[in-house]
Amino acid sequence: MEFLNGFVALANFVLIPAVAYGSQLALGALGVTLIYGILRFSNFAHGDTMAFGTMCTILVTWWLQGMGVSLGPLPTALLAIPFGIAGCAALILLTDRVVYRFYRVQRVKPVIMVIVSMGVMFIYNGITRFIIGTEDQNFADGERFIIGVRDFKTLTGLDEGLAIRTTQGITVVTAVIVVAALFWFLNRTRTGKSMRAYSDNEDLALLSGINPERVVMVTWLIVAALATIAGVLYGLDKSFKPFTYFQLLLPIFAAAIVGGLGSPLGAIAGGFVIAFSEVGVTYAWKKVLGYWMPESLAPDGLVQLMSTDYKFAVSFVILLIVLLFRPTGLFKGKSV
Amino acid sequence: MSDMLRGTVLFGIMAVLIVGTGFVQSWNSALLILNMGLVSAVMALGVNLQWGFAGLFNVGVMGFVALGGLATVLVSMPPVGAAWSAGAGRLFLALALAVAVMAAAILLWKRLRRGLRGWVVAALLVAGFFAFRAVFDPAVALIEAVDPAATGYLGGLGLPVVLAWPVGGLLAAGVAWLIGKTALGLRSDYLAIATLGIAEIIIAVIKNEDWLARGVKNVNGLPRPLPYEIDLQNDPGFVETAAGLGLDATTASTLYVKLGYGVMFTLVLVLLLVLAQLALKSPWGRMMRAIRDNETSARAMGKDVTRRHLQIFVLGSAICGIAGAMMTTLDGQLTPGTYQPLRYTFLIWVMVIVGGSGNNFGAVLGGFLIWFLWVQVEPIGQWLMYHVTYGMADGSWLKGHLLDSVQHMRLLTMGVILLLVLRFSPRGLLPER
Repeated sequence: MEFLNGFVALANFVLIPAVAYGSQLALGALGVTLIYGILRFSNFAHGDTMAFGTMCTILVTWWLQGMGVSLGPLPTALLAIPFGIAGCAALILLTDRVVYRFYRVQRVKPVIMVIVSMGVMFIYNGITRFIIGTEDQNFADGERFIIGVRDFKTLTGLDEGLAIRTTQGITVVTAVIVVAALFWFLNRTRTGKSMRAYSDNEDLALLSGINPERVVMVTWLIVAALATIAGVLYGLDKSFKPFTYFQLLLPIFAAAIVGGLGSPLGAIAGGFVIAFSEVGVTYAWKKVLGYWMPESLAPDGLVQLMSTDYKFAVSFVILLIVLLFRPTGLFKGKSV
Repeated sequence: MSDMLRGTVLFGIMAVLIVGTGFVQSWNSALLILNMGLVSAVMALGVNLQWGFAGLFNVGVMGFVALGGLATVLVSMPPVGAAWSAGAGRLFLALALAVAVMAAAILLWKRLRRGLRGWVVAALLVAGFFAFRAVFDPAVALIEAVDPAATGYLGGLGLPVVLAWPVGGLLAAGVAWLIGKTALGLRSDYLAIATLGIAEIIIAVIKNEDWLARGVKNVNGLPRPLPYEIDLQNDPGFVETAAGLGLDATTASTLYVKLGYGVMFTLVLVLLLVLAQLALKSPWGRMMRAIRDNETSARAMGKDVTRRHLQIFVLGSAICGIAGAMMTTLDGQLTPGTYQPLRYTFLIWVMVIVGGSGNNFGAVLGGFLIWFLWVQVEPIGQWLMYHVTYGMADGSWLKGHLLDSVQHMRLLTMGVILLLVLRFSPRGLLPER
């Protein structure tokens, strides 16, 4: 019983939040890693792309709510996601046409592309703040919990409660569907295969008649979808604030690099590694250890390794360890 | 147009813009722009040293600027005696312990054979961490308990604030050395992410370690190198001189203080600019550019690329630290909550790229110009929006929204400027020769 109680506490405070956060990071890192694989630069504007897609979704959500449309227990935002993706894709394709293509044709060094993406980051950031402002926006509606603490306690008779929020459930389910669809696309369809070929060897792919502009366009479309979905899920789970999304850049990049830049599978693994260590290191373990350890050894303090404000430090330290000891990441990524 | 002429004309335009602000708006705002422009120019010089000379992609500028600000507090604030006697000894013991553990870990890693060493070092680090926390936490609690509303930190050394500028540089240089040792071997975009993360960590430390500089409770009332306005206004001699110039005492005192800062900052900027120019023209500078342009061939010529990179990374970061200390001195307070990467890292990058990377004068010009625009875009935007929304009904939702959102035009403008320069004049306003 003690053990079960401890496990439930662990699941409630560490496992479930980390799985949800990890799924959000994985989706974000997939976008970063795709851009890196196909377009060959680290996109600093990715956090703000996520913010823009989420903003479009929020605006449509409000409009839908105003019209009285709802999904019942599920958040209305799910209905609005396709519109958000469309808005985000339009902006990204416009950016590519006006900004990135010029440099791609010239084949500039990747670091110049990174600086260009810094400019794009400023612009996206400005647009998002201009339209929706800098404040926190909460747009989740519908049922709050799949299972609440009290229900769980009466159901199982345990002392510890377990709560699963709807948004956490939706996050995981959506992430699984999206990732499955993405891998099916990359491995089974003609376009997906041509994308992988282009990523592996650009010149060879061009020689075999693959249209680079098409590959790039499809990549941006997928990135728009991934960024919007990741952003909306994060916003539903926590809340939407443009600056937070900008800051997400760091854990997302850490996830992509830890997994191996350019490797989709790595991005997912990296997302979970980062999420679990962030949550694990900043969680106060007193409760769980109190259940698991004999009474005489039960800890006095909170057993919190680091205060939550240092969560960036966690993703960063992992990033550094991986870079120093395994520079290509857990799954062999590429280096340009 | 020759480079010399082009530079003179562009700097002339810049001067006209600032003087124009003085005539159109007020001399106080013109001097404010000038002072922060000088600070920005120093920061841009530091980034230009790293990026323009050596091609190092450092996006952790914010961290080094904040370290400079921290140095200002540590140098100039009076020490808090009660806090020192309460827990300082224990605190330094904890820090020494942390350093010893790290050193032992590195030593073990180098001495032991492969295979087992990973586990040994990991075990040592984990044990060391808990030992450190056991000593550190009570010390912090003791220090932060000392009059938390007013102090709750160790205070500084009580030295003249100007000393903080070189100390800020040294502090930033020390941290940069540590970072460079670990991160400089990385590829350019990995280095970018690494520095971005380090900057966030530095800010997180300053925000959370209240014993160091009060964290988000801020340190106010830093000592100033110049007299206070109110003292000037009470000084009959000063009032008389001001009246002789046809100014009232209040305006004259604010202008006097701002001018004083301007002179001090100009001295620093000129000194650093001369040094940077000498470095650029020296064999060392040529070697740096050779490394930047082709690392492999420079290595083949027998240049120690890694060490040179470390050297210039430390130097550039030190300059950013100096600028950070100057800025905090100008503000008179350290507010860790205001450090944001867009403002303190990426904006500096815009300055360097727009001004002309690899050209010191370009970086300085970029610092002034971008800072001027950063300040002035808002009033211009307001004026523009006023006219755009002129025909709309008063109190309409759109009109209110547009007028309220003007402040976000800044970021948009900066992005557009950066992209335009990159596209049509990729080497900047004053290109490298």
